Amino acid sequence: MQYAPQLYSAALRMTRNSSDAEDLVQETYLRAYRSYAGFEQGTNLRAWLFRIMTNQYINTYRAKQRRPVETDLADVEDLYLYRRIGNLGALSQSAEDTLLELFTDEEVKTALEELPDAFRIPVLLADVEGFSYKEIAEITEVPIGTVMSRLHRGRKAMHKKLYDFAEQRGIIAAGDDDQVKEPTNG
Amino acid sequence: MANCKETIRELEAFLDGSLSEDGHHAIHAHLEGCTDCLQAYDFQAELRTVIAAKCRNDEMPPGLLSRIEQCFNEDFDGDGRIG
Repeated sequence: MQYAPQLYSAALRMTRNSSDAEDLVQETYLRAYRSYAGFEQGTNLRAWLFRIMTNQYINTYRAKQRRPVETDLADVEDLYLYRRIGNLGALSQSAEDTLLELFTDEEVKTALEELPDAFRIPVLLADVEGFSYKEIAEITEVPIGTVMSRLHRGRKAMHKKLYDFAEQRGIIAAGDDDQVKEPTNG
Repeated sequence: MANCKETIRELEAFLDGSLSEDGHHAIHAHLEGCTDCLQAYDFQAELRTVIAAKCRNDEMPPGLLSRIEQCFNEDFDGDGRIG
């Protein structure tokens, strides 16, 4: 069960609570165990497990929550976060160190977990689990073009949420547009 | 070679590794010569690294694995089958 830790983290991002996440992982392994005969040897076991888990989540947990699909999804320009915080600490350390320190684990998890399901699952599968568009299309049973547009919108909304956290903590002055980098032209 | 506008527009697909070979080379060539776009690329790439690192570090509850293993050894839901 080498994939159990990854599945558990992903289950937490899906269900947003630990007891549902435990149940979801357990159900995923049970279903995998029972349908293992249908697993094609040589194909990607990890993708297959994520597919089972995603289906299980959508069929059981999502029905409980009744969250609206797209309301409150921020629509912002490309490079939203970069244009606002891209120059913080640029001289002294790498972007990775700056971002690691700037956001707490909880803030990043919350920014992802607050996305509506239709956007959260593709972002989770792509940016946390590293699946390709094609794999995500197969896991979520959604056309590849839809996966791409949901990823694009979901990522931007998540970045906006991260910006809001930075603003709330006073790292960035609220509404200070002087700090926004001009888009490059040319 | 792509220009800045094209590069920024394609940056997400570039990072996803989903561009054609020619498209990928065009963006790569531009990034090599443009500090502004390279800085944006670097930020977006690091942002992904940080998001991935912070969203997959949850510790599994103790006992979850053994509970799962236990299910494989008994008729878990009473349907007459193991598992």
